[in-house]
Amino acid sequence: MEKKNFTVSIYTENNLGLLSRIAAIFLKRHINIESITASPSEVTEVMRFIIVVEVTEEQIKKIVGQIEKQIEVIKAFYHTAEEMIYQETALYKIKSSEFLDDLNVQEFIKATNARIVTVTPKFFVIEKTGKRSEVDELYETLKPYGLMQFVRSGTIAVTKNEMPITGILEKFNTTNSIS
Amino acid sequence: MEVKTASFEKTSADTSLTVSGAEAVIKCLLEEGVETIYGYPGGAIMPVYDELYKYQDKIHHVLTRHEQGATHAAQGYARVSGKVGVAVATSGPGATNLVTGIADAQIDSTPLVCITGQVGSHLLGSDAFQETDIVGISTPITKWNYQVTRAEEIPEVIAKAFYIAKSGRPGPVLVDITKDAQFASLEFNYKKCSGIRSYKPNPEVNLSEVQKAAEVINSAKKPMIVFGQGVILGGAEEIFKDFVEKTGIPAAWTILGLSALPTKHPLNVGMVGMHGNYAPNILTNECDVLIAIGMRFDDRVTGNLDHYAKQAKVVHMEIDPAEINKNVHTDFPVLGNVNETLKALLELVKPNAHEEWHNTFKELYKTEYDKVISRNLDVNKQYMGMAEVIQQININTEGKAVIVSDVGQHQMAACRYSDFTQTRSNVTSGGLGTMGFALPAAIGAKMGSPEREVVAIIGDGGYQMTIQELGTIFQTKVPVKIVILNNGFLGMVRQWQQLFFDRRYASTEMTNPDFVTIAQGYHIEAKRVTERSQLKDAIEEMMDHDGPYFLEVKVEQEENVFPMVPTGASVSDIILE
Repeated sequence: MEKKNFTVSIYTENNLGLLSRIAAIFLKRHINIESITASPSEVTEVMRFIIVVEVTEEQIKKIVGQIEKQIEVIKAFYHTAEEMIYQETALYKIKSSEFLDDLNVQEFIKATNARIVTVTPKFFVIEKTGKRSEVDELYETLKPYGLMQFVRSGTIAVTKNEMPITGILEKFNTTNSIS
Repeated sequence: MEVKTASFEKTSADTSLTVSGAEAVIKCLLEEGVETIYGYPGGAIMPVYDELYKYQDKIHHVLTRHEQGATHAAQGYARVSGKVGVAVATSGPGATNLVTGIADAQIDSTPLVCITGQVGSHLLGSDAFQETDIVGISTPITKWNYQVTRAEEIPEVIAKAFYIAKSGRPGPVLVDITKDAQFASLEFNYKKCSGIRSYKPNPEVNLSEVQKAAEVINSAKKPMIVFGQGVILGGAEEIFKDFVEKTGIPAAWTILGLSALPTKHPLNVGMVGMHGNYAPNILTNECDVLIAIGMRFDDRVTGNLDHYAKQAKVVHMEIDPAEINKNVHTDFPVLGNVNETLKALLELVKPNAHEEWHNTFKELYKTEYDKVISRNLDVNKQYMGMAEVIQQININTEGKAVIVSDVGQHQMAACRYSDFTQTRSNVTSGGLGTMGFALPAAIGAKMGSPEREVVAIIGDGGYQMTIQELGTIFQTKVPVKIVILNNGFLGMVRQWQQLFFDRRYASTEMTNPDFVTIAQGYHIEAKRVTERSQLKDAIEEMMDHDGPYFLEVKVEQEENVFPMVPTGASVSDIILE
C-alpha cells in the first residue's frame, strides 16, 4: 500500500504524560513524526493534538485504534491532506545588511504574502503562514541572503467535515452527572 | 466545572475524616475489597508500610523476596480469582523491578494495580537517591499510570486505578505517590469510580453485527472456533459452552483461552498455534468460517499471516476495537464483551452437529496421536518425558488443580497435556513469555483460590530466575506444589538450536545446583525423582503433603516439543517430527 501524509487529530483530557503515551505509539512502530502540535481545542479543558505522519492507510488505521485506546483520549481521527484545511507558520531571520542591499526583497515578500515582523539594525524577521510548499519556496528564495535562523511550526489543521466531540462529551455528562 | 469521572454514591460509611495520604492508600484498598497485597518495603514507601502495620488484621501483606515476584504473585492471584491483583514497591530499583511483571500483565490483559513510592515532590527531577521516572518507564506497558504529588488526589486516583484495571479489557495500572503526599493529610472520602468520560470500556452490542455473524455461522459448512482469554475475562464460560454445544462447532483454544472449556469436552479440539494440536492448525486453512472469540491473533497463533485462513470468512468477537483488523482481516466484527455478544448470538444460531467436519478433526487427531502423543506418553521409552509427569498429575488431581506453568518446553507440555475441568485453572505467561513467572505466580494463585490445589510446573532454567521466592513460600507456608522438570537445558532454546542452528548449543546447557537441598534449606519438604518407577508415588506424596512441597523430576535431556509450526511457516505446514 502506498505511503502518504496523514493528519491525526486527537482530542484529549489535559493530562500530564499523555504526550509521551501518544508518542510511544509511533515510536514502538518505528514511525517518524513529521510534525506535532498540541493546543487547547474548541471545547473547554479539552486538548487537541495534531500529528502529521507519512504512513500507509492500513498503518494509520491501526495507530488511531491504539491512540483511542488510551484512557484520556476522547476521540482520534485521521485525515488525508484533501480532507483538511491546514497551515504552517515559519520565521526567517536574515542579516539586515544583506537584506537592504537587494531591492527585489520587498517585491517577493509582497508576492508571497509574507510579513516583516521585526526590523533591527542587525537583522530582520520575516513570517510566512501557508502550506508547506509555500513556506519551503520562501526558504529557497531567502537562502542566498544568508539565513541566520529558520524555524517552522508544526502543521495546524481543521477538518472540512464536522468533529462530533462536543456531542460525545455531552453524552457522558448527561448520563453520569453527579451534581 | 465539567464532569470528567463519574462515581458511585459514597460507599464509605464514615463521614469524611482526616487521615494521612499513606493511611488513605490503605483505606482505598479496603474500600475496593482488597484482602491480599504483595510487595517489598523501602524508603519512599515507608509511610504506607507504617500504616500496613496498623491495618495488618485487615489486609494481608505478603513480603516477596523481589519486587518482580510481587507482580507475578499479584498476577497469579488475579488470574485465578478474577479480582484485581495489587503490588507495592518503593521508588527507584523497587519500581523498576516491577517492570517485567507489568509488561506481562499488559500483554496478557491481567488486572493489576501497582503502587510505588516516589521521592518527595521537591526532589523530583533532581536525580535524588532512588529516584527513577517510573511513570515514564511504565508508560508503554501500562493501561494507565499517574503520579500523585498531593495527598488529596489519592482517593480519586486509586478509585480510578481500580476501575481502569478491571473494566473493559483489563490491564495493569501504576500509581506513583511521592513521599510528601503520603505524609500530608487529607479529608478522606471515598467514592468508587464508575466511569471516565474519555474511556469507553464496553462497546455497546450492535445487534446488526450479531445478526450478520449469525447468518454466516448458520450457513457455514466447515466452521471453526478459536477462543481466547476473553471468554474467561468476560465471565462467559457457560454461555460459550452453550454456544459451542448448540452450533456443534469444533472449538480450539489459544494458550490463554485454555480451561475456559473443559479439556475433555467432545467439542474441544485442542490448542492452535506454534505448538498447538495438529487438527486445528491444519484445518484453520480449510475451514470456511473462522469464529475468533476473545482472542487477538498473536503471531504464535497465526504463523505466517499471508497464509492464515485466507479461504475463511472471519468473525471476530472482541471487546477491544483496536484488535479488529490488527493482524487478521475481519469480515464480520462483533464488538463487545463476549458474554453479552454470545448471549445475543446464541439466540440466532441454528442447532447443528457438523458430523463429517468433526470426523476430519478426529482423523487428524489420530495422526497426531500416533506420531506425537502416544510417544510422549509412552512409559516404555528410555527416559521420562514431560508429558508423562503431567499425565500423572492429572490422574492424581482429577483435573481439578490450578496448573501454573513457566515458559518453555515444560509449558507446552503442561498446556497440551493438562486435564482441566474448570475455568481459571491455567495460569501461564503467554504473550510475554516471562521465564521466572511460575513460582511467584503460584503463590498468588494459591492465595487467590485457597480451596484448590495449585501445582507449579517449572523448568530448571526459569525456576532459577525467581528461585528466591522459596523464601516467601517458607515464610507464608503457602501450600503450593512445585514440580521442576529438569532436563539440564534451556530446552526450548536448545530445541531451536538443534532444528535451526545446526545443533550449536550456545549457552543452553545448565550446570544446576542441588535443587532438593536448596528447597530443604527453606524447610520445604523436597524430593527428587530420577526413575519412572518412583513417579506415581512421589506425586501422590506431594499432593497428600499438608504444606508446600518441592519435587524435582529428571526428564529426558533432549526431548523436543512437537507438533511445531516453524517460524515464518503457515499453520497448515505444521510438522509432527
